[in-house]
Amino acid sequence: MREFKRFDPTRLWLAAHLRLVYVFLYVPIGVLMVLSFNKAGLPTVWSGFSFEWYGKLAENAAILSAARNTIVVAVISTILATLIGSLLAIGMEYRRRGAGLEAILFAPMIIPDIVLAIALLSFFTLLEVTLGLHSIILSHVVFNIAFVCAVVRTRLRSFDWSVFEASIDLGATEITTFRRIILPAILPGVIAGAMLSFTLSVDEFIIAYFTAGAGQSSTTLPMQIYSMIRFGVTPEINAMASIVMLVSFTLVIAAQRINKESVTG
Amino acid sequence: MPASRLRDWLLLGPGLLWLALFLVIPCAIVFCFSFFERGVYGGIDYIFTFENFQRAIDPLYLSIFLKSAKIAGTATLVALFLAYPAAYAISKAPPNRQTALLVLAMLPFWSNYLIRTYAWIVLLNREGLINTGLRDLGWIAEPLPLLYNEFAIITGLVYNYLPFVILAVYSSISRLNPEILEASEDLGAPSWKTFLRVTLPLTMPGVAAGSVFIFVLSIGNFITPDLLGGGNLLMVGNIIYDQFLTARDWPFGATLSFILIGIMMALLFTQAILVRRAQGDAPEKEEANA
Repeated sequence: MREFKRFDPTRLWLAAHLRLVYVFLYVPIGVLMVLSFNKAGLPTVWSGFSFEWYGKLAENAAILSAARNTIVVAVISTILATLIGSLLAIGMEYRRRGAGLEAILFAPMIIPDIVLAIALLSFFTLLEVTLGLHSIILSHVVFNIAFVCAVVRTRLRSFDWSVFEASIDLGATEITTFRRIILPAILPGVIAGAMLSFTLSVDEFIIAYFTAGAGQSSTTLPMQIYSMIRFGVTPEINAMASIVMLVSFTLVIAAQRINKESVTG
Repeated sequence: MPASRLRDWLLLGPGLLWLALFLVIPCAIVFCFSFFERGVYGGIDYIFTFENFQRAIDPLYLSIFLKSAKIAGTATLVALFLAYPAAYAISKAPPNRQTALLVLAMLPFWSNYLIRTYAWIVLLNREGLINTGLRDLGWIAEPLPLLYNEFAIITGLVYNYLPFVILAVYSSISRLNPEILEASEDLGAPSWKTFLRVTLPLTMPGVAAGSVFIFVLSIGNFITPDLLGGGNLLMVGNIIYDQFLTARDWPFGATLSFILIGIMMALLFTQAILVRRAQGDAPEKEEANA
């Protein structure tokens, strides 16, 4: 690799630029977290440290019910997507074909959320499916499959399929081979994929908003956050935002640790 | 062999079924809706028509498409100017630190989009941190109009998608064959010339991938123009939202979505061609099992 000279101005500029980019990425998030502990609840004037707004959250019935709905949606859609997505990844890597399937799998990652949302709403309406948490779950599985499949496939890229053939040749059944050879190889990817899809599902707003139907009973946390933001800047949002971000960051870092090569591509 | 066929179906079947049912068919329905008429009470009359497409190229909607494209294009350019040097700097860091630096750059991308956008309302509003900060410094007397305009929307889009653009450019730079750069230097090219004539052209696939990603997600964005544009600046995503939830003209909303997907596919196709051409021209470092 080419080495920079000492006191290379280009190098200094690049290092400074990188630091500024990190500042740009983290200052807005950091500001929210700091303000969530602001006693007076004003967005700009610091008036002392307090846990008051976190306490207020715990008393807010609408937020608690939204949080419960979000967890139900995220857990069920993650389990379904992890199963389906992992099987799909194994099938695609083993067969080494499916350019068309690849394009379809790429679609949920790049189609504007609003388009997928109205497509699913149209579909459910046409079939006269009653909307609720179940329709959000069915919809979230779609993009979660794509992410789980991508992570597990990356894991399988370096898998030596001749080990699989050898196991079959030596008389092991396919089930045993799957359990003893393939599963251990992909497990970190499967767990990481599950964590990422849980994070995506917890954070997803537009598709949930369109497929939830009317009524408070199937409101999820992002829908609750959206209506609070529309209502105005309050310290309660800051507190909730801090909790939600902390959960996402923890899960993503854990996923990255478990499956070193897949998260960053 | 029937056993292997059964295995294939067990592996691929559930996924194929799910994607067909909840992705392909819904998108096909949207496509069909765009050729029907709107019902009197907001439903759909199944009468074939091209009227929706004629309405979509009406100057009113055409200008919204153009404005969305302009905003998305500006966000793309700004993000590239921020992301390229950042990705380049990461690729020059010691190899054992590169992953950590990348994770640090990607982390905000995985947090809630609404919250990340809301953070900018806190920073940019009239009584926000930036305005009060500048006022306390005595640099401004009146608060600057930072929120509810194009500037705010572009800032929000760049902020939300920058991590991915950094990742896309980085993956291209890290795949560069160092021997080519050394050859350029050995032949006497100054480092700026090596960068412009060798590095930059060879990393175009990453630039293209990152640009297409941020452009596509920006032009069809709903949340950012809704929250940071303050409702007086509409983009395509907002119009689609309105057609479905407020105006209840589903066929027209479907038509706009369909056009959006058309633009998206054209861009992805162009990008694929660019990547193929770049790979044909340039010897890249061999990827294991690629």
